[in-house]
Amino acid sequence: MNGDRGAAGTVASLGELGLDSGETLPALDVAYETYGTLNEDRSNAVLICHALTMDQYAASTHPVTGKPGWWLGMIGPGKPIDTNRAFVICSNVLGSCLGTSGPTSMAPDGAPWAMRFPVITIADMVRAQAKLIDHLGIDRLHAVVGGSMGGMQVLNWDALYPERLDNAVVIASAARHSAQNIAFHEVGRQAIMADPNWNGGDYHRGEAPSAGLAVARMAAHITYLSEAGLTEKFGRRLQDRDAKSFGFDADFQVESYLRHQGIAFVDRFDANSYLYITRAMDYFDLAEAHGGKLAAAFEGTSTRFCVVSFDTDWLYPTSESREIVHALNAAGAEVSFVELSSPFGHDAFLLESPELNRIVAGFLG
Amino acid sequence: MTSLRPDLRVIAKQVPHGASLLDIGCGEGALMANLKADKAVRARGLELDPANVAAAVGKGLSVVQGDADTDLGNYMTGSFDYAVLSQTLQTVHRPDLVLSELLRIGQRAFVSFPNFAHWRVRASLMFGGRMPVTRLLPERWYDTPNIHHVTIADFRAMADELGASIEQQWFLSGDSSTAATAANLLAEHAVFLLKKH
Repeated sequence: MNGDRGAAGTVASLGELGLDSGETLPALDVAYETYGTLNEDRSNAVLICHALTMDQYAASTHPVTGKPGWWLGMIGPGKPIDTNRAFVICSNVLGSCLGTSGPTSMAPDGAPWAMRFPVITIADMVRAQAKLIDHLGIDRLHAVVGGSMGGMQVLNWDALYPERLDNAVVIASAARHSAQNIAFHEVGRQAIMADPNWNGGDYHRGEAPSAGLAVARMAAHITYLSEAGLTEKFGRRLQDRDAKSFGFDADFQVESYLRHQGIAFVDRFDANSYLYITRAMDYFDLAEAHGGKLAAAFEGTSTRFCVVSFDTDWLYPTSESREIVHALNAAGAEVSFVELSSPFGHDAFLLESPELNRIVAGFLG
Repeated sequence: MTSLRPDLRVIAKQVPHGASLLDIGCGEGALMANLKADKAVRARGLELDPANVAAAVGKGLSVVQGDADTDLGNYMTGSFDYAVLSQTLQTVHRPDLVLSELLRIGQRAFVSFPNFAHWRVRASLMFGGRMPVTRLLPERWYDTPNIHHVTIADFRAMADELGASIEQQWFLSGDSSTAATAANLLAEHAVFLLKKH
């Protein structure tokens, strides 16, 4: 069953979904957007996996913010992921808040799931996507492409369904979440849960924990940038004033910028979803199921991989990408890897980059 | 194959149709692209310079950015028919270790390098008293990436120490081949095909 549900766009109802936790989600909804046309032999489908706070609007205008698609530089006619040739699918991940089942959607009792929603994993997100691909009548994907948390999903796609994809593009990502990344996520979660409006996650009848979610976003946003990038963009410049105020107003431009990022975020994202998705990322360790041996996760794969990192990304540093590449080499898989230079830190993967474009275009052929 | 560098032309000619090959220090992937197109070779590359890697991947080749000195350990033993090290041996920190990795990963290994015992190099040092700057070794001593100059005689000795046998050898002067006789004096560069005993 498909339905149009406002901001969610197209939503597929996909039945039950068994989860890593052992629980079963009774009624999975997946909201998705597509670009381009599926060819006759259904061989040109490309699945885009989005990052933590992104959504299905990869190459079309976001219905809530009115902003252009978050990967418009990468997806479109004549772009590296060329919608003249490819049928591009991007779905809202499990646990998120733009139409796919998550803590904001309704539980069977008619009230929002909130914190009763089962804890999910990256693999669960991938299983939900696989159900969508089944629903669309596609056996095999030409490519699965993603950056950051999207890259984790790509890796997990190959681990779960190696026979269902030909090419994998993993950008600014990692095969497991590091202690530092878990630590930053915990700061964000604690900020949300410390907001009295959070109310144990039960805020759908009252005020949302916007202050807590905004602080979580501010802390996270710093990790997406680089020190050099922040220095270049803001330095120690003051915001709309000539002298320090000797108070706690946003004296510095960088403070004002972060506050704006926090406030803008709460209009489009749900606090409980933020808790669930960050948890899923923290739980991610692809090698765990293989006795800690990452190469074993890729054993026998015939998928072609392209791995890209950025030199100023300290959230998902190049060393993490190299771990993936070394494991793929050890498994005898076909892999390309390059570290690109950018001043923009982790965010570089979302920005226009002729080099990244050239690599993705060349790799996908 | 006319666009290939002379040493790569020698290698390309030898590789049979459908073989697998790891090109270590593959640059922009000229040899790989040639063999993939002409002989359906399953080619993989390793290259240090990110711009070269981006160019190669942009052409649809499978190239990993990495360092021959540190990143070969992950490749499976005997996983390629051929491992190639062209004009790269003299730039690595430990040529002996890189060569033994080459012999481990490939069933056979191609190695090409500029010969530091060529008469012009010898003459430059003997009569000029200065480190040689030649056509194949154009950099000065302080800015050269060639940190381990090697002669044909040195290379033969190292191959022997590593338990590798020389199956074939080619010697080049200018862009054409030259005789094996007195190659250590007369060849500008050499290409060896090795196999572990």
